[in-house]
Amino acid sequence: MSEQIPIIIAEDVHKWYGKFHVLQGVSLTVYRGEVVVLMGPSGSGKSTFIRTFNALEEYQRGKINIDGITLSHDLRNIEAIRREVGMVFQQFNLFPHLTVLQNITLAPIWVRRWQKAKAEELAMQLLERVGILAQANKYPGQLSGGQQQRVAIARALAMQPKIMLFDEPTSALDPEMVREVLDVMRNLASEGMTMVVVTHEVGFAREVADRVVLMDSGNLVESATPEKFFTQPQEERTRKFLSQIL
Amino acid sequence: MTKQLTWLHKNLFSNWYNSLLTVISLVLLLWVAYGAIIWATTQAQWAVVQANLHLFLVGRYPQSQYWRIWFVLAIIAILGTITATTFFGKQKLAIAKFIAPWLSLAWLLSFPVILWLIGGGFGLSSVPSTLWNGLLLTLLMAAVSIVLSFPIGVLLALGRTSNLPVVRWFSILYIEIVRGVPLIGILFLAQVMLPLFLFADVRLDRVVRAIAGLVLFSAAYMAENVRGGLQAVSRGQVEAAKALGLNTPLVVIFIVLPQALRAVIPAIVGQFIGLFKDTSLLSLVGLVELTGIARSILAQPQFIGRYAEVYLFIGLIYWIFCYSMSLASQRLEKQLSQ
Repeated sequence: MSEQIPIIIAEDVHKWYGKFHVLQGVSLTVYRGEVVVLMGPSGSGKSTFIRTFNALEEYQRGKINIDGITLSHDLRNIEAIRREVGMVFQQFNLFPHLTVLQNITLAPIWVRRWQKAKAEELAMQLLERVGILAQANKYPGQLSGGQQQRVAIARALAMQPKIMLFDEPTSALDPEMVREVLDVMRNLASEGMTMVVVTHEVGFAREVADRVVLMDSGNLVESATPEKFFTQPQEERTRKFLSQIL
Repeated sequence: MTKQLTWLHKNLFSNWYNSLLTVISLVLLLWVAYGAIIWATTQAQWAVVQANLHLFLVGRYPQSQYWRIWFVLAIIAILGTITATTFFGKQKLAIAKFIAPWLSLAWLLSFPVILWLIGGGFGLSSVPSTLWNGLLLTLLMAAVSIVLSFPIGVLLALGRTSNLPVVRWFSILYIEIVRGVPLIGILFLAQVMLPLFLFADVRLDRVVRAIAGLVLFSAAYMAENVRGGLQAVSRGQVEAAKALGLNTPLVVIFIVLPQALRAVIPAIVGQFIGLFKDTSLLSLVGLVELTGIARSILAQPQFIGRYAEVYLFIGLIYWIFCYSMSLASQRLEKQLSQ
């Protein structure tokens, strides 16, 4: 993270679910190549916050700029941003009626308009990278949770995004499968991908993150390097949170 | 032998009231079967079926043109066999993927060819639709109605779940109005009122009007079946597809519809079966399909009163086709669940 070029700029983002004020003016800037880990108790709004980056959640006030494009209600604008932002979900959300290979090539073929052969070639490279080349023609239901999540990462990468969002990628996994997914994410980070990760994995945050951010009740509480965040937190709220999870 | 005995004991005679139930059911069953067999072999006069077999099947279709019907059957048999072996064989053939689009195209193209063979024109002597009767008409109307009502039903279901208020309200209005009216009413309306909406010089054939009525009716029910499937697709699926940059039409075509339709295959096939049997109501608005021809055969002086034979026979024909559809749907479900 030598160059300081901002790629995500969120300013004063507010969101209400009816009367419930989920995001109470959150601001965050993420720089190119940076790995930011978002932590916080459940219901703190961290998932909602990163889901505003690719317009899966609407927000009522504030401004979000992704790689120079300001998010608006225009559908073309939203689709342009979604092409550049990959997302990995807690529940994998692989398409059960398509094979692993079809899951990965669908968007490159229909959104990027690539030739099928080109899309499949890249898909095979990605599957090799996440270590499940042998499963290319299976259906998601035939894979383990860890394998499914790695396919989901490959699927997002197939669009060659500039940013990857991870929404609790290991929370739905059996403990013995968490590592294989974190390893893939670690490699991705070392290759310079800009990543925003919502997770409870303290080890991952310590080792991989450039910055750790704590959110609570719709507010951004503290943002610091992992070393500072875990050893000398500035805020009382952070200390309390860390005492609960460590 | 001991194996059969243990099975009998376990399933039919495990205690005194089960034994009693078994004996009573057996006696009842034998009594009904005996009566039916005696009636069918001694009292029933199947001559009415034998003498009128061609009427049941094709009605007053000119005998000199029967070869055209054989051609139609040949086309359907060939396409059907190819489809069945590629998709429903013991193992799915590797070439299925490459054949599938061509096969759909062949089915699609076979449709006008079949209509041309039946109706004539363009070099063939023309046979007016009033002479297409019996099973031929039933199958034709059912096939066309099924093929047309399916896409319309899907569109209505998508319309009902749409975000656009005009589209949604139109779909809801249509579905609720049609579902609130009995089919026979719609069929009468289609025969009597459809011509009023059209220009004076456009004369719709009776068969076309009948199909229009069936399609309008069936599409509303189809829409509700498909909507059930749409609701079964999780929000996460749509979000994942959107996050990849797919626009709404692509999400619907590649992600939502395939999963939604798969979830409601039994309901959809049930709807098709219902539609097939509902064609019999058209005999009440003057179309001479299978039930209609049965009624006119019963009016023949030499076969007066042969209701049981005639209705059993056409009942058997309806059952064969409905049961085939049911079997096909079970096969399809199995195939897709692999």
